[in-house]
Amino acid sequence: MSRDAGRLSLILLFMPFVLWIGLLIILPQLGIGYYSLREKVGFNQFEFGLKNYVDFIGEPVYRNTLLRTAWMSILVTILALIAGFPVAYYIAKIAKERSRAALFLMCLIPLWVSDLVRAYGWIVLLRETGVISTALVKMGIIGQPVEMLYNDITVVMGLVYTVILFMIVPLVSTLQGMDDALLEAGYNLGGSRLTVFRRIIVPYAMPGIVSGCIITFMLTAGSYLTPILLGGKNSSWFTEQIYNQFITRYNWESGSAFGVSLLVFTSFVVWAGLRLTGQSLATTVAKD
Amino acid sequence: MYDLSCASVTKSFGSFTAVRDVSLDIPSGSFFSILGPSGCGKTTLMRMIAGFETPTSGDIAIKGQSVVTLPPNKRNVKMVFQHLALFPMMTVGENIAYGLRCRKEPKSEIAPKVARVLDRVGLPGSQDKRIDQLSGGQKQRIAIARCMVLEPDVLLLDEPLGALDLKLREHMKIELKQLQHQFETTFLYITHDQSEALVMSDNVAVMNAGRFEQIGPPKALYDAPASGFVAGFVGDSNVLPGRLAEVKGDEARVEVEGGGTVIGRVADASKPGDAVEVFLRPEALRIGAGGEGTSLSGTVESFLFNGASSRILVRSGAHLIEVADPEQSGAAAQGGAVSVAWTAEKARIFARRPS
Repeated sequence: MSRDAGRLSLILLFMPFVLWIGLLIILPQLGIGYYSLREKVGFNQFEFGLKNYVDFIGEPVYRNTLLRTAWMSILVTILALIAGFPVAYYIAKIAKERSRAALFLMCLIPLWVSDLVRAYGWIVLLRETGVISTALVKMGIIGQPVEMLYNDITVVMGLVYTVILFMIVPLVSTLQGMDDALLEAGYNLGGSRLTVFRRIIVPYAMPGIVSGCIITFMLTAGSYLTPILLGGKNSSWFTEQIYNQFITRYNWESGSAFGVSLLVFTSFVVWAGLRLTGQSLATTVAKD
Repeated sequence: MYDLSCASVTKSFGSFTAVRDVSLDIPSGSFFSILGPSGCGKTTLMRMIAGFETPTSGDIAIKGQSVVTLPPNKRNVKMVFQHLALFPMMTVGENIAYGLRCRKEPKSEIAPKVARVLDRVGLPGSQDKRIDQLSGGQKQRIAIARCMVLEPDVLLLDEPLGALDLKLREHMKIELKQLQHQFETTFLYITHDQSEALVMSDNVAVMNAGRFEQIGPPKALYDAPASGFVAGFVGDSNVLPGRLAEVKGDEARVEVEGGGTVIGRVADASKPGDAVEVFLRPEALRIGAGGEGTSLSGTVESFLFNGASSRILVRSGAHLIEVADPEQSGAAAQGGAVSVAWTAEKARIFARRPS
């Protein structure tokens, strides 16, 4: 193939990706960034300035909602890691070749149902007149129906359930690359189960752990349906504030500033997380 | 006392018996090899010694102490894995220190021990190198150092040279033998490569289909194989299938398939009338006339040049016979008629191997 033809096919192959990134990610982000820097001074009159950000920082409700969203997201990420690691390890290392695909499929099946329907599934189970409450009353374990929705535990549980697959997939793929002989060498040289886990399995799986954590954290912090439906008015999820600014108050400038703040803050959390655990993107996610 | 003894060790997986009634005793400080084709059960045997598998029956003892109930991390038997299994996320120094740290040795003693063992394997000062910076031979030495720093009673080596290229493999054979001398530790080496086993070992056990066919020094296996399998597996042989016609004192007469008779020595319990095979080492053959039964005539098919192990291929009827030709003397011309001769005691007769 000639050089030009090679270049053409490269351009054609990359075009969908470039269009997607450019039109649907970069362009809207630039637009949002642009909007966030506009100050409304009168009807259809705008000036450039940081007033929207100053307002955001000056209002404790917004600030605290963002911090709360970040903390809950970190909690969800940690729980997803703790719950997802054994599952991933079982699929990648213990399960037989044949059952591996079936197990993986079982993890994927929930994704065939939309987020919304899954959230309503939780509602059907957990509400005051729901399946669990009614069953417990019938068995005489509790005296009267209890409301299990609209609290933080439910929100965290629902979010872990929603995002755990995105933790499991990268973990399975890194763990599958691990030679069993490494584990055997770990035992052979005198390591206990704990030592082998701590000094061999975890360091080996670190690329998967880091990418899984980043994906789950970002997905959680940016999720909307699950916290709103399961947490109701109490959820105080930051995406809800963005929604309110855009839709309820029709204040696009302020909403854009919130959106940019969320992106910057979550990116900062990821950066801080990498620094605190002594990892870098180059040695983990980008590792071949 | 023996560093490692196995007594009637058997291992079955369901209805398949991988290791059948194997017994061995390895004296302290010796180099012992288990030689066998792939799937003969040698890896299973080694994994039982390391503790990754439990024998179905029989006993394994290290320095006289039964270890069958000990978990792998409590046995003082270290293993060099087939693909070495160096920990890629640790440096060379951390790899070697891993076992010492598992033993909870004080930090102040770990660093000098690591430095000393690196010295001994000829890679001083490479503590901070990453594993992927090492060459194949260096990785090999690090894998051995990682085990030897723990001063094991027995070092197990599971075909560690298999992944190396030929030149390096030849070199590592000698180096392994020297390392074994230097550390004075018992090495148990498993391989399917007969030349590795012959060159390095004090004793070799030839394993086939889960059992030991013969245990002995390399020279004994080569010169006096106990079965057709050993004769065929250790060293090169020309094999002539036939039927044992008669045994007269030392000498036995075999009617070779495709015509002709060969006189040799019966080396097992074959009786007249049995299907047998005659084994002739290429170096026991020479080009030249011989007596009835100790020579075959044929034509020179081709010359296989390989330095000191050059061969002449002679076609005799349906058989293709390799004759050693170390000096490439030019005693025969391609296509020429020749006679291949041997002395009767060099022709070994064994019962026909199941094909």
